[in-house]
Amino acid sequence: MNGRSLARHGMLVTSTLVVASPFVWMVLLSFMPPERAGRGTVSLLFEAAAIRANYAAALTETNMPRFLLNGVIVCAATLGGQIAIGAPLAFALAKTAFRGRSLVIGLVLVALLLPSEILAVPLFFLCYGLGILDSYAALVLPGVVSPTAIFLLYQAFRTVPDELVQSARIDGLSDWGIVWRVMVPLCRPVLAAIAVLSLVGRWNDLYWPAIAVTSPELMPPPLGILVFRDEEAGTSYGPLMAATVVTTAPLIVAFLVAQRRFIDSFTASTSR
Amino acid sequence: MSRQHERVGGGLLALPGTFLLVVLLIVPALAVLPLAFTNWEFGRSQVALIGWGNFAELAQDARFVAAVRNTIVHMAIVVPVTVGLGLMLALLIEDSGPLKTVYRTAHFLPVVATLAAMAVVWDGVLHPTFGLLNHALGWFGLPPHNWLRDEALVLPTLALIAVWHNLGFAVIMFLAGLKSIPRALLDAAMLDGATSTLDRVRAVTLPLLAPVTVFVTVITAKRALGVFDTVTVMTAGGPDNASEVLLHLLYVESFEHLRAGYGAAISLVYLALVVAVVIGQRSLERVSFHER
Repeated sequence: MNGRSLARHGMLVTSTLVVASPFVWMVLLSFMPPERAGRGTVSLLFEAAAIRANYAAALTETNMPRFLLNGVIVCAATLGGQIAIGAPLAFALAKTAFRGRSLVIGLVLVALLLPSEILAVPLFFLCYGLGILDSYAALVLPGVVSPTAIFLLYQAFRTVPDELVQSARIDGLSDWGIVWRVMVPLCRPVLAAIAVLSLVGRWNDLYWPAIAVTSPELMPPPLGILVFRDEEAGTSYGPLMAATVVTTAPLIVAFLVAQRRFIDSFTASTSR
Repeated sequence: MSRQHERVGGGLLALPGTFLLVVLLIVPALAVLPLAFTNWEFGRSQVALIGWGNFAELAQDARFVAAVRNTIVHMAIVVPVTVGLGLMLALLIEDSGPLKTVYRTAHFLPVVATLAAMAVVWDGVLHPTFGLLNHALGWFGLPPHNWLRDEALVLPTLALIAVWHNLGFAVIMFLAGLKSIPRALLDAAMLDGATSTLDRVRAVTLPLLAPVTVFVTVITAKRALGVFDTVTVMTAGGPDNASEVLLHLLYVESFEHLRAGYGAAISLVYLALVVAVVIGQRSLERVSFHER
């Protein structure tokens, strides 16, 4: 290894350590018994009892399992809605001619640019009017239409040859059937990208859940962990850090397992 | 199947999605505008148009003025640091051999990690007495700081957390951009006398990366404008509004003080900043594509 290569790796290792340090600190604190975590003493001498106690406290003495379940429910319902609603619309835009088509494309492009936070006041009122505030419906509804999903599907569907659509019609498939049995199966990579972006966005979102729900039984993990933190009032770092580990772990593990997919999805999200 | 049939079929397929798109995105976006000119409060039935009243009040509201200033300062720190570091790291990672994936993965981790949860962790890292950062500074003989309670330090501290959170995004986009640069161009530059790596980076890589750089800049700017989670979890805008930002104030005014009209006015100011970034993107794109 020559000097230049050494300098390169030296800088990269330093940067990696800095970026990773909050994760390492989080995990180490979640392994510490309270008397040491309270003083901020982190050591590498682990006691199985302390690890068990912290994670048991995080998972049994709080609503944490419920928060995680809520996160799963909201993510699944939102992603399902985004595809169920987005795929037929994207097909209509990509492969059929109907009156108003270019107007709808224009609306999708405008919606892509809208920061969702500015919609919060009207959406809160809409949920109030529908009588669904503080329910799963309120958590899911504003996210079920994803301009990103529609746009990515529209782009993918346009690359499918028209002849394939025509021959499917001749074979007697309805447009609805073509969407689900021809187009969607052909565009699996785009579905994966939509899933990654949707899950990362939804699981990590604090803004809308903080507006839409007040009952602890309905809170997704980012909101739940704040309630947990405020209840604990900073007294027991071990269980709190165990809770943050449990909250961040699902996406981190998914990312480590499917790195290429995650990175391609994030890159694709910007290629408009 | 007739043409007419296809038109009807396409329209029917488009209908549910279009309806929801209009109801959940377009109409709410349009509704913000008139709402900003009312004194509407959630839970109150009387609403009146008050003209520019909300905006006049905003101009006098020290907390709002601080929020605008801080949001812009936050962006002004986050964007150059993220873009500069991201480009440098991507150039280093690109030729780092077998460890390439490890470096890329490590730097991307914060992008997918739940920011609200990691803000709780950062709160511990920055704790004045037992936080990791003050400990680490101690090893080098540097004095500790109360990072989140010091008016001068709180905003730069939050900005550095935002850099940490967004850096991986910049790195992967620059890496994708670097991959699209033909090897032959770099070889040609070498033959033309650009013998050092730095010369070739300056002569070939940077000019070809200009469009990607515009992209990364704009996306980072938008993400920096959207700072909310860290402020909500760690500072609630304090001390003394030193870390108040637009989205946090929008949340507090609309959903804690229930002042929907006032919140709508703040939404419009936030939208104006986002639009300014998009307009900036257009003009930067013109320059960067022109240069090629």
